[in-house]
Amino acid sequence: MHFDKGGIPEGYAGYISRKWWFLCLVSVMLVCLAIMGISLGAVKISLLEVVEALFRMPVSGRVNMIVYHIRLPQVLAAMITGAGLAASGAVLQSILRNPLGSPFTLGISHAAAFGAALSVMVLGSGIMGSSLNDAVNISNPALTTGCAFVFAMGAAWIIITISGYQKSSPETMVLTGVALGSLFTAGTMLLQFFADDVQLAAMVFWTFGDVARADYKELGIISAVTLPGIVYFMLNAWNYNAMDAGDDTAKGIGVHVVRTRLLGMTVASVLISVSIAFVGIIGFVGLVAPHMVRRLIGDDNRFLIPGTAAAGACLLLLSDTAARLVLSPHILPVSVLTSFLGAPVFIAMIMRGKKG
Amino acid sequence: MILSVNNLSFKYQAHPVLEKVSFTVKRGEILAILGPNGVGKTTLLKCINQILTADSGSVTVGGFPVSQMGVQEIARLISYVPQKAETSRVTVFDAVLMGRRPHMGFKFSRGDLVKTDGVIRLLDMEHIALKHINHLSGGELQKVSIARALVQETGLMLLDEPTASLDLKNQAEILGLLRRVAKEHNVSMVLTMHDLNAALRYSDKYIFLKDKMVYDSGPVSRVSQEMVEAVYGTAVEIIHHNGYPVILPGPVYQAA
Repeated sequence: MHFDKGGIPEGYAGYISRKWWFLCLVSVMLVCLAIMGISLGAVKISLLEVVEALFRMPVSGRVNMIVYHIRLPQVLAAMITGAGLAASGAVLQSILRNPLGSPFTLGISHAAAFGAALSVMVLGSGIMGSSLNDAVNISNPALTTGCAFVFAMGAAWIIITISGYQKSSPETMVLTGVALGSLFTAGTMLLQFFADDVQLAAMVFWTFGDVARADYKELGIISAVTLPGIVYFMLNAWNYNAMDAGDDTAKGIGVHVVRTRLLGMTVASVLISVSIAFVGIIGFVGLVAPHMVRRLIGDDNRFLIPGTAAAGACLLLLSDTAARLVLSPHILPVSVLTSFLGAPVFIAMIMRGKKG
Repeated sequence: MILSVNNLSFKYQAHPVLEKVSFTVKRGEILAILGPNGVGKTTLLKCINQILTADSGSVTVGGFPVSQMGVQEIARLISYVPQKAETSRVTVFDAVLMGRRPHMGFKFSRGDLVKTDGVIRLLDMEHIALKHINHLSGGELQKVSIARALVQETGLMLLDEPTASLDLKNQAEILGLLRRVAKEHNVSMVLTMHDLNAALRYSDKYIFLKDKMVYDSGPVSRVSQEMVEAVYGTAVEIIHHNGYPVILPGPVYQAA
């Protein structure tokens, strides 16, 4: 056939370049927020000093110490986990055909919390430390992290196995995830009921997500999983677009729908499990960042996935910085801030969208 | 491109849906699959491009068994317009461009974009090319599905109720266009339709499905009153107009 009489419509080129501009804008915002995040905190470092320190120009040893040993790992952790959770959320929404798709829909977060609680209770990895602010310490973080990861992946494995058996219908995945979530929540409650004060405190403390938990080595592990994961999602953007048009349409244009869905689920689960295991539960980013970006640039996964990753990184970074400042010198749990900052903006966007 | 379906049988779990269905379609020929609701028309289409796997029998395209091809290869030979399409916030242009996916390398080429634009013009959709498909009417959305299948540039098109939500003008235009594509470019088509008259007018051949089997098949001029009455279980009249059989449902209650 010859349909070659067409051209590339001018409007389309403009439409695509607007999307690129959006991505650039969010990236610039991310860099600014990162520098701000390093600068603000209990000790304020000027923006200039931050930039100087980052470019390895001579700065005072104290500044160097704060930037490289405290703030930078925290900022990087916020960016990477934010990007990973948000991109996973966007992809889950697509492959589950469900706008509520997020790290929570699949019960992965609940399973991780149960794993952490179990490690505290049974394996005794939690103690009350008498450190600086009488904080509760997890005495064996590696054990707790490992346990959380194993249970998170276990939950994901159950969902993937069951839905593989059912030819991966999205409904099966969502419903199994919700059921598992409630099962693990019940399990956590049971453990908490029998726990003593110290154990209970450690369990609850673990569920307050905190991006300051990750050191450089752990950051390396999180990035080694998250960055290739996001690249995998981006390479599949057209497949997810096709699946958004319906499974039959996607199959008709050569998409391995079942395989794409199961692999996407698996990759998303690994990303989510790793993030949660190392920094604890951080709610809302995985749900709200994709929807914010959807409202701004539409559902085209080519732009949605990188846009959402950047927006998720921004949101978590902003929340983490705010968490340090709001009641300084006390540091609020970052997941409180993601919801406090994200929810009003999100609701405002939904309401504005209804009018237009 | 010759499609040949031999003794195809399919069952959903224990329920047989199709039993020993056979037919062939030549290059440039349009075949209408007709029959009452739930007789397995959609199932039959999905068995042809392996969305569903037949329990027995074979489907070959150009002499090659479809069951041994990969999904990508099938998508280069057979395009498919499903009965129902989902929407999301993507533009008409991007939704149609997706039809080039089986031919794309790492990303879409300029040629893919040009072909997409060509098909959009062919279907008179330039004015909505940048509209988001979740804002389209049912008829416009159906045209997007058809455009996507056309841009796929296959030798065989499977169309499931392609005109179900189109108005009279669009129905005539789309069916006329499909017929033109079939004849000018030697593309074979298999379509299902409830509107018997439109089906008979734009197709070359028919098969009537009844009780899981092919009840009758042949060139459209052969369709008879007895056949339609037997397949649908209702009385009809047939008149011939310019060589096309026209089916009138009836009898109609006449006030005294």
